[in-house]
Amino acid sequence: MAAILDNPDIQFAFWALVKCVVILTAMLGVVSYLIFVERKIAGHMQARTGPNRVGPLGLLQPVADILKLFFKEEFIPDAANKIIFHVAPVLAVIPALVSFSVVPVGPNFTVTDVNVGLLLFLAMSSLGVYAITLGGWSSNNKYALLGGLRSSAQMISYELALGLSTVGVLLIAGSLSLVDIVRAQEHVWFAAYQPVAFVVFMIAAFAETNRAPFDLPEAEAELVAGFHTEYSSMKWGMFFLGEFMNVITISSIAITLFLGGWNGPWLPDSLKFLWFFLKLGVLLFFFIWVRWTYPRLRYDQLMNLGWKVLLPVALVNILATGTVIHWLENR
Amino acid sequence: MIAPALFAVFAAIAVVSALSVILHRNPVTSALFLVVTFCSLAGIYLVLHAEFIGMVQVIVYAGAIMVLFLFVIMYLNLGRDIETGVQIALRRGVGWLMGIALLAAGVALFRHPWVAGPAAPPGPPMGNTQAIGLLLYSRYLFPFEVTSMLLLVAMVGVVVIAKGRRAPGPAADLPPGTAPGAPSQEDA
Repeated sequence: MAAILDNPDIQFAFWALVKCVVILTAMLGVVSYLIFVERKIAGHMQARTGPNRVGPLGLLQPVADILKLFFKEEFIPDAANKIIFHVAPVLAVIPALVSFSVVPVGPNFTVTDVNVGLLLFLAMSSLGVYAITLGGWSSNNKYALLGGLRSSAQMISYELALGLSTVGVLLIAGSLSLVDIVRAQEHVWFAAYQPVAFVVFMIAAFAETNRAPFDLPEAEAELVAGFHTEYSSMKWGMFFLGEFMNVITISSIAITLFLGGWNGPWLPDSLKFLWFFLKLGVLLFFFIWVRWTYPRLRYDQLMNLGWKVLLPVALVNILATGTVIHWLENR
Repeated sequence: MIAPALFAVFAAIAVVSALSVILHRNPVTSALFLVVTFCSLAGIYLVLHAEFIGMVQVIVYAGAIMVLFLFVIMYLNLGRDIETGVQIALRRGVGWLMGIALLAAGVALFRHPWVAGPAAPPGPPMGNTQAIGLLLYSRYLFPFEVTSMLLLVAMVGVVVIAKGRRAPGPAADLPPGTAPGAPSQEDA
């Protein structure tokens, strides 16, 4: 028995499992309150109060919402492709959770520190397209299909800018491991060296998570509700969960790559994760702030921005970064 | 002990999903099983400690190529394979011939005992991303550059073909929503 417990593989698997459970639980809790906070902030931005009936200050609203979602009637269209219709919401949640496994929350808290952490994130964000595309297609509804098609075009276009904007960071840090990237920012955040890449990354992040002003896959004014028109009950809830988890994950990656990760003054190493969560809170507020400030882009504007502005800017940024690094090393 | 078990799991998934790709009649289902095959292949690469190749496998094949593939299948609204007659018989015949040739090649290869290559030289452990990068820009520089030229030519070709299909007249006259890549208003 003791021999089994001493096996490093088993120990690693055990601790990884514990961390996974912690992250999963934390994510679910954070998402349900993030939705509450979003509704509150939206309310105040529009001179309303937002939800305030359930519990003190409306704080129990998420509980009521989740219970409602679970007890709602489940409706599946007759002509839908049943299996894919069931699989799509699951696919919406998995990539966000998997890519969170490489996010270094604190100096001693990462599920895994793999030397291809950044690539894992890019791989998972490229798989995120499937949930929306398949959800839209399998519903057998024209609005859902249009939403799904729009989203594939949008996510494929913005993935390039997202990936290319991280190359500058890689050139400076010289590693694909997210822990190494955070350690390289101990003194100066990469947002200071790579301001252009940071802006491109954030714009692409909004598009990748389908948040306003890039929420064309939903576009309730023209497409009813886009890809999730036919979804109801908890399956619809899973899409919602996936969207908010994606927002959290991509904000964490933005913090890791550009905003110094857990680095910050004063706190000892064991409490450095508080800096991470503070930055995460600020970035999440920013996501909500933008959503309730800007109108949605038109489809051709979206494509023009992605291909004719963000992509060339990201490429020029790589060229400039590479030139400067080469010049500094060979001075 | 864990690595062979993981290999067995990923290999089993790969084989089953690869079979499903050719046995399913619905093209969308086939495409999705192909995605599963690619992902399990990536898993096998990870078990072999080829992390970079594993991740690139997911990014390029599962994340980019198959998304476009699926996009086209859905867009064209291909139903079940309804072709019959000579054409499908011909296709099946060619498929069987190629399959048998591949199987024969595999059997011929595995009849010889394999000799294990030399062990990796001792030294500081270098991420294999770095190792691949160094090799690409030193020993394999020429093939690498030729490949990138090929991709550039393909890209220019795509632009030319896409431009040629457009109706004549300045692009600015097109109403919004008919930008290249915009989904048409066709019914599902």
